[in-house]
Amino acid sequence: MRTPNKLWNSWRGLFRDPIRPFGISSALLLIVLAIAPAKNHFSEWRHYQRGYLKLIRNRPDALVLQRHFEPGIHQIWLPDLGVVDRCETCHLGLTETSLGDIRMQPWSRHPVIPHSMQQFGCVICHRGQGAATTVAAAHDSTLSPDEPILPARYDEASCGQCHHVALEGTPTLNQGREILARYGCVRCHAIKLPDGSAEQPTDEPPPLTHIADKTTREWIYAWLKDPKSYAASATMPNFLLSDDDARDISAFLIANSVAESGDTATLKVASATNADPAAGASLYGESFCASCHATQNAAGNLVGGDLGPELTAVGTKVKPEWLTAWLRDPKTYDGATSMPHYRFTDQQLALLSGFLESKTNSDLLANVHLDAATPEQLAHGKQLVEEYGCAACHEIRGVSRPDNYGPELSRVGSKPVAQLVFTTGMAETLPAYLSNKIERPRSFGPGLHMPQYTFTPAQVDALTTALLSLTDRSYTLPAKMRIAAVQQTAYEPAGRAGHLMTDLNCMACHRINGHGGDMAPDLTWEGSSVQKQWLDAFLKNPNTLRPALIRRMPRFNLTDEERATLTDYMMTVYQNPTIDRDAMPLRGYLPAMVEHGRELFYGKYACQSCHMVDPAQDKGYIGPPLSAVGSRLNAEWIFLWLKNPQQLRPGTIEPDRDMSDDDAHALTAFLMMQTGSGNKGAGK
Amino acid sequence: MKSLHGTAGMLAVVVAVCGCSRQHKAAPAPQATAVGSALVVSSGDKQLGPAGAPLGQPLVMQVNDDQGNGVTGALVMFTGPAGVKFDPSELLTDSSGQVSTNLTLGNTSGRYQLTAVTNNKAGHALPVQVPELAAGYQEELGYQVQRTYCSRCHNPESTPEQVSNHDNLSVPPHSFDQGDTYNKLSDADLTAIIGHGGPAMNLSVLMPPYGKTLTKAEIQAVIAYIRLVSDPPYQAPGLVYAKQ
Repeated sequence: MRTPNKLWNSWRGLFRDPIRPFGISSALLLIVLAIAPAKNHFSEWRHYQRGYLKLIRNRPDALVLQRHFEPGIHQIWLPDLGVVDRCETCHLGLTETSLGDIRMQPWSRHPVIPHSMQQFGCVICHRGQGAATTVAAAHDSTLSPDEPILPARYDEASCGQCHHVALEGTPTLNQGREILARYGCVRCHAIKLPDGSAEQPTDEPPPLTHIADKTTREWIYAWLKDPKSYAASATMPNFLLSDDDARDISAFLIANSVAESGDTATLKVASATNADPAAGASLYGESFCASCHATQNAAGNLVGGDLGPELTAVGTKVKPEWLTAWLRDPKTYDGATSMPHYRFTDQQLALLSGFLESKTNSDLLANVHLDAATPEQLAHGKQLVEEYGCAACHEIRGVSRPDNYGPELSRVGSKPVAQLVFTTGMAETLPAYLSNKIERPRSFGPGLHMPQYTFTPAQVDALTTALLSLTDRSYTLPAKMRIAAVQQTAYEPAGRAGHLMTDLNCMACHRINGHGGDMAPDLTWEGSSVQKQWLDAFLKNPNTLRPALIRRMPRFNLTDEERATLTDYMMTVYQNPTIDRDAMPLRGYLPAMVEHGRELFYGKYACQSCHMVDPAQDKGYIGPPLSAVGSRLNAEWIFLWLKNPQQLRPGTIEPDRDMSDDDAHALTAFLMMQTGSGNKGAGK
Repeated sequence: MKSLHGTAGMLAVVVAVCGCSRQHKAAPAPQATAVGSALVVSSGDKQLGPAGAPLGQPLVMQVNDDQGNGVTGALVMFTGPAGVKFDPSELLTDSSGQVSTNLTLGNTSGRYQLTAVTNNKAGHALPVQVPELAAGYQEELGYQVQRTYCSRCHNPESTPEQVSNHDNLSVPPHSFDQGDTYNKLSDADLTAIIGHGGPAMNLSVLMPPYGKTLTKAEIQAVIAYIRLVSDPPYQAPGLVYAKQ
């Protein structure tokens, strides 16, 4: 009995008063009960909600903002998209248009975007953990390693998850996708899209099966060592080969090449350069070679197009006999080339090849001395060609095209950080990994084969953006949200005219029925648009319609028969089924109507802003000159064009003026009277 | 636990911030070997770039002496609003008296007022304000749209790659950075001019209507772009409330 007594005594000793334990335990209970509300009260998101209220308290629009404010956790729940986003709990000003002046996060207004937040939530675009309610868990990679917030500079990547078509508002993403296709990335790295299609390359790596006809082993060696030393705009990357490796590959490629009789040609004409040293240069200009090929000018700037290879030092590269044969008919050497078959005369061939041969870079091969290759070197060269995946881009005899040479990148934008290997000093995030892989591919370890490209920082960002758009989410989003890229059709013109058009490579520049390039006008409805005599004269001597353009249609020296074939075909086949091109007469409009049209042209519609009718007086050179439009276009086409230009040619910048039929009639009458003086039918 | 997490997180942030600032101090600050009397912008101001991405061109500033010649070895420091990154933020002028820094603007679109400072002989700071422009989605879209449709007349510069008819028009159009003109026009005015042509606001008939060619979103985007690039900067009208 002593022990309980003792206990009681010590208990009494502790509290003295028997009532105290109740008081203390009540206080403890209160504290315990207070933990939950206190935790809530001191939570991070409440802190931001109080901050927001403080921020808006003294603004003139405080009443409206306070009325919009609701305390508590806010959530966007979209079961279809797998979105549970509580971001708006702290980001309270996202939809408040009047908060445009607030830059302080998390309360700033969301910039205007084409989608509603209630429809798409936040994480689809920004990534991060939408369901989290603390700053660190929602944004950082520490607590959610696989999907931290996407840095704002790569935001356009998120658009690319659904939009596989090029959007006007996503220039960075579009540029990145272009690079993927143009620099041959997708030849080694397969990129499959959620709809089952795959990214297609747009570059044209030349076949190497008869390379020895075209160039020398020394040039191949210098090119392999550093393509940029030959051409600043080279799209071939640098494989960082050792001298020995470049020696062996060049030896193998030359030894592996098979000579073809059509690849070389010698001309019987006397040396043409004696005649006039400037004649070659002017033929180069007249043939509009610069529409596709660039050359470096004296200031070191590249001038010209990028459809074909740069020609700054082409004389150092190609053999004269090959160049002559190539200019005579490029399809003999490379059946898939985009280079048109000009019908040059022997005299012109001599002039042009003489001019191109004179464009040299004497430094390039000055220090290249290669001894005859040994069989070991040849074998080693072949082994290197296989190792480096050269055949992924180039056709090489005896080496088959490797399938999936590089890792597939179809979902690289969702690659978990845990699977990535970082080099020291690098931010441990997926975007940093990708941009470093692009900039310094060989720094990630020995034995890697990815070549070194020379991209500007903006190009690296664009390419990283395009890769980051290849996410898991793009596969899991509902299929109806996907907007597929516009695919080129397989259209090819048929018959004798089709054969001629393939020979001239019309579709390298012109698009017809959804197939072809975009440098020159779409010809799908050319037969409805133009008059036959004009087309024939144009093919004979293509003066440009738009003097402001620097890319122009070359003259191909077509025979009368060839021109007739092309003209007949285009006038018959390339017609819009809804247009009767003869519905309105070409001539015979009433003078009063013509005069009314003139008033409308210069007055109400002020067409002279962009077009010229009277070259002496009008100065608009944005649109084509109209001084001879009456001999070029059909009246019905002009009428329908005035009514709705975008319907006839989607994307044209001619504004739709919402014109009445009467106005369009009068303007058509006026324009049909503009037949050009003294130069009828020549299109100028 | 949540609050503890929060506190810990905040502590971590504080520690990180302190750590950062200490690191910055630890980095050897360049010592000025000379001083100039004027600081001017050479190039790279008023650039437009996507928000959060590095700008295309570096910002180049020059420190001059009384005679207007470049001063070598003068210290120039760059500061800007939160989110702006300079690479580097402090450096000495080179042999031609110039400094060049690469810029990354913040993640929100709008006008960023940056400050470059150098000290003169008396030790007084010579601050120069440098505006740079960050485009969000809408401004970026507006830039693309105006490049296709508008700059063919509104751009005072004509180049072979991007021809402009500006100088040939009897009533020359206003370049989009002319804030004095555009800031007087409300969004509704601009929408009317773009949508219905110059005559809609009693302006030149040479400005055609684009209401049926461009979408509403595209017109709004062009206006957002005009607001972004206008100089002096555009001040959005405040909301007007009735007195209580």
